Amino acid sequence: MDLSIAALLAQDGITNGAVYALLALALVLVFAVTRVIWVPSGEFVAYGTLTLAGLQLGKASGIAGLLAAMAVIAGVMELVRAAKLRDGRGLAPRLAGWTGAPLAIAGLLVLVAPLEPPFVVQIALTLAAVTALGPLLYKIAYEPIAEASVLVLLIVSVALHFALLGLGLWFFGAEGSRTPPFTTASFEVGGVTVSGQSLLVVLTSLALIIVLAWFFNRTLYGRALHATAVNRVGARLAGISPSFAGTLTFTVGALVCAFCGVLIGPITTVYYDSGFLISLKGFVGAIIGGLSSYPVAAAGALLVGLLESFSSYWASAFKEVIVFTLILPVLLWRSLTTHHHEEEE
Amino acid sequence: MLPRSSLTALAAALAIALIPAARADINVGVTLSATGPAASLGIPEKNTFELLPTTIAGEKINWIVLDDGSDTTKAVQNAKKLIGENKVDVLVGSTITPNSLAMIDVAVDGETPMISMAASSRIVDPASAKTRWIFKTPQSDALMADAIAVSMKANGIKTVGYIGFADAYGDGWLAEIKRSAQTAGIRVIAEEKYNRNDTSVTGQVLKIVAAKPDAVLIGAAGTPGATPQKELVARGYKGKIYQTHGVANPDFLRVVGKDGNGTLLPSGPMLVYEQLPDSNPIKKVAAEYITQYEKRFGTRSTFGGHAYDTFLLLRAAIPEALKAGKPGTKEFRAGLRDALEKANVVATHGVFVMGPLEHNGLDNRARVMVRIENDKWVLAK
Repeated sequence: MDLSIAALLAQDGITNGAVYALLALALVLVFAVTRVIWVPSGEFVAYGTLTLAGLQLGKASGIAGLLAAMAVIAGVMELVRAAKLRDGRGLAPRLAGWTGAPLAIAGLLVLVAPLEPPFVVQIALTLAAVTALGPLLYKIAYEPIAEASVLVLLIVSVALHFALLGLGLWFFGAEGSRTPPFTTASFEVGGVTVSGQSLLVVLTSLALIIVLAWFFNRTLYGRALHATAVNRVGARLAGISPSFAGTLTFTVGALVCAFCGVLIGPITTVYYDSGFLISLKGFVGAIIGGLSSYPVAAAGALLVGLLESFSSYWASAFKEVIVFTLILPVLLWRSLTTHHHEEEE
Repeated sequence: MLPRSSLTALAAALAIALIPAARADINVGVTLSATGPAASLGIPEKNTFELLPTTIAGEKINWIVLDDGSDTTKAVQNAKKLIGENKVDVLVGSTITPNSLAMIDVAVDGETPMISMAASSRIVDPASAKTRWIFKTPQSDALMADAIAVSMKANGIKTVGYIGFADAYGDGWLAEIKRSAQTAGIRVIAEEKYNRNDTSVTGQVLKIVAAKPDAVLIGAAGTPGATPQKELVARGYKGKIYQTHGVANPDFLRVVGKDGNGTLLPSGPMLVYEQLPDSNPIKKVAAEYITQYEKRFGTRSTFGGHAYDTFLLLRAAIPEALKAGKPGTKEFRAGLRDALEKANVVATHGVFVMGPLEHNGLDNRARVMVRIENDKWVLAK
């Protein structure tokens, strides 16, 4: 191995690591606020890429149908709730939010797709559609059992993962897709070619991480989420609705995942079942951060990316083994050094 | 109104009269991988079974199609269910080699002939008491690997690098290409593995490029085959790139785009049937199947062809088997096995000439070299 190969491998590792880092952040966020281990996050990544690839071909794919179906279910849930409480106040805006908005996005997707809009519009539509799935999923699947144990929530997550996986096969087919590159530029840095695409991925991930940091530390909503993550009961006493916190968390989480999907589309071929492995690597990063620390999770994800890249050069047959074996010493080290912060409830 | 007892008697008589008629149906039990990792292979196969006629030689055929989700355990369960509950006369499947290998014991125990749609020659070779009941339609990897070695030799290639799936498909191809290359005097100087879902193969490709082989063979199926190819092009690799027949579907062309230009691969002749000479008998059979398929499901897939070939074999063998016994009986199944072993059938992928030691029966007529040119498959000279 000479220096140029090492540089290329490092570049590849950092690019993938940046994507894993975003996912790790989404996983930490969702777990901290709602105690959900968000297994289906990978499906959101795959849906992101594949919806965009579908729009490229002028197809709205089945995601519009899924959005519409979930919007209707959420609407019915709202109506049932209002009927049970015998309280119609606030029903109209809630219905508009839960049913009207997703239906509008779905409608827009179907209407605009055949017109082959510019790339930016396609990306915006993709982000809107996939992000909207996040809160809907929370509303339908997680919110009714929000007080259940971590294990129950995990089992629901696994079930949703398989459901979304099956739907993905149905919507997008078994074969993979790529999206066109955002840029074909490349730079020479000290004799090593750096592709503009990888640079873009790293910079965008970095920007998104900064925006998230600003959101959590400087904005009211972000601080509300932060407060919920630190102390759920305390936040509730302070007037932060857990339902609202959950919805917002899943919106932000879904947005981050959809964003990952859009970012990796030009670098790699994405399949309906690609997401799980990608999110699992993000999860390794999140575990390194103890599912609580954002900077350590991001650093862990970067480490996963680099390890993956270099092990694919040295021992390609054992690449996954090496990456996932990393979690064992980390778990051992964490269980020895930190006390168990997620108490049994 | 008739008294109740005579109604019952009438019903019983009707039932007795109907039983032999129902028994006369020929039941074909199919298990294939329409979901899971092999879905891109299994879906066109599933589509093909929807196109098939429901009578052969005047007998009604029931195609009972089950999905095994590319899962070995599920494939065995399906095979047991088809033989035990549906009393099938012949088992077809599965899509992939591990599933097919696992189903062999079930078929042999049930004394039911089985036609696999998976590639590995291990399914039918070597001939033994077990493989007596087993047949398969796709070309063996060995046949295709030889075609690649011949083409490499003709192109003056001395060294080859290999990158393939880290699974049975990739390992099988690595073994075959090592054997074929050796007979052609070509050395395999780099071996790398990757996974279907890998987001990056930069490491592996860098290592291959550093070894400077004259050509690279990518042992992959479907669109994942495009990942190393695009990376090789991005890393400025200038040698020839070979793919296996596993990538011969339209989605591969869509994903690989212009980076696929000049790539060579072996394939069943049906992929480029329009370009075959009229004297080739395969052309007519392939045209008949592909016209039907493309009318309903869009672009052709060679995997659908393997499914259609099982039908062609059965269509040839069933009239013979009917002489041995009634469908649903042990005699019929044994007769079907014997008839399959004597089959001599022109199909979409080649000409099957079966024999006691030859349960695949394909020869050089079952392969052509194809080159990718501007998103099209072109028959190479």
